[in-house]
Amino acid sequence: MNRPAFSNLVKDLHAGKFVLTGELEPEKVTSLEEVLESARAMKPYVVAANVTDNPLAYAYMNSLVPSWKVQEEVGLETVYQMTIRDRNRLAVVSDVLAAQYLGIKNILTLSGDHTVLGDNKGAQSVYDIDSAQFTYLLHKMIDEGVDLAGNEIHGKIEINVGIAANPNADPLMPEVLKVGRKTKLGADFIQTQTMFDIDLIKNFLKEMDKYKTPVLIGIFPLKSYGIADFFDKFIPGVSVPQELLASMKKAKEEPDKEKRKEKYDEVNLEFFGPIIREIKKTTNAAGIHIMAVLYERIFESLLENF
Amino acid sequence: MIITKMKSDEEITKMLKPFKKLFVVGCGTCSTSCQTGGEDQVKEMYEKLGDRATGWTMVEEPCDLRITRRDLKDNKDQIAEADAIVVMSCGGGVQTVSDFTKSIVLPANETLFIGQTERIGKFHDMCKACGECILDETGGICPITRCAKGLLNGPCGGQVNGKCEVGDYEEECAWVQIYDRLKEQDRLELFTVFRPPRDNSTKVLTTHYYFR
Repeated sequence: MNRPAFSNLVKDLHAGKFVLTGELEPEKVTSLEEVLESARAMKPYVVAANVTDNPLAYAYMNSLVPSWKVQEEVGLETVYQMTIRDRNRLAVVSDVLAAQYLGIKNILTLSGDHTVLGDNKGAQSVYDIDSAQFTYLLHKMIDEGVDLAGNEIHGKIEINVGIAANPNADPLMPEVLKVGRKTKLGADFIQTQTMFDIDLIKNFLKEMDKYKTPVLIGIFPLKSYGIADFFDKFIPGVSVPQELLASMKKAKEEPDKEKRKEKYDEVNLEFFGPIIREIKKTTNAAGIHIMAVLYERIFESLLENF
Repeated sequence: MIITKMKSDEEITKMLKPFKKLFVVGCGTCSTSCQTGGEDQVKEMYEKLGDRATGWTMVEEPCDLRITRRDLKDNKDQIAEADAIVVMSCGGGVQTVSDFTKSIVLPANETLFIGQTERIGKFHDMCKACGECILDETGGICPITRCAKGLLNGPCGGQVNGKCEVGDYEEECAWVQIYDRLKEQDRLELFTVFRPPRDNSTKVLTTHYYFR
């Protein structure tokens, strides 16, 4: 993709820097204090932070507003996540125009977890377009100044486009071919689902090499055993390694709250420290997407000597 | 075939409650095969209704207006005597009986899908009647029907070991099936074709179809 770099994230990628991105999750709230606080805490470590869009089909605050507010208030660039589970092609165009107006520089295109996994299970999923067609629609808007029907957009859209991939997928080839096709439709970068296995990471990167699109490997430091267990059970396409779950469970047994936190941190550092160092040193990954939601304290120790 | 399942006894009882006199119509085609509106089920319904029933009959194809007219013409008095007609067919049949009789119609069945019969009692959803068939490109497996998200360009990230995130990973991921089938057929190039967004306006306009 020969699209210019509009965002700091893509500028860094084009400059060949090893980049780090974080993740913010506005929940079913009417205040952004917690999100802004998290953004401030991760700002020293990351070039940009993703803002999730109704993850797991839970109806949360619209992600555009926090994507804008974090940039305005904290000065941290955001990656506005958008699913097509909740938007038809009209809604996508509307939201992208608004995002451009608000100064958003990155969009991550997603299918979105199915509504039956969420907290409003009876809702109708939209899926008017799929994530490949969504990527194509953004290409039309950004690079050609029109929507899918060819209607002209008045004004420029200067936004870089990310796509998602799941290197945990088994079988992997349908996923690789799907992601590969999306890179050709107009993706500036790839962010992966959370990974726990360096061999799967390496294997995926090898398969993606020919598509020449920077890949940021996702990791998800686990703040508590409860989160680890939930993650293992309910996040589609992800399972937490049993030995990591067991270590987290053991850490949970520590009665003292502060000591328990320290133990959780130790487990995470022991598990993810070597993985992120190996990704940086031995693979051609372009960076790491650290989904330490509400666990920003881990950044400092995790990235020590990185 | 149009696959139907019978509503629960509770639902049927509740739906029928406001009506004193009822006539029962069965379907001699799909609902007979599904055992949701065949002669046995219609008679059972008739017997359950006891004194409330004014009569019953089978319509060979209640989704066909001509056949419905033909097969109901001998029951005019029984239908006139009834406050409503219990129709044991798919939604197409229920509406055709309604159009012909102008009576209140009560659907005994839920219409599920256009399906494949593996055996009686075991049916699989195969077609959403989307009006833009691409089975030639997808190894004879329909992603509109068999992918929970109806995706046109490969699997989503919720595929685990070839299973779908919807339904606790028990259903097959249609796009993994398509991949496997195309690979077997040595036609994997079809997997990577980009399928642009569909024109949904054409579907809106095909509520009626006249071929002459």
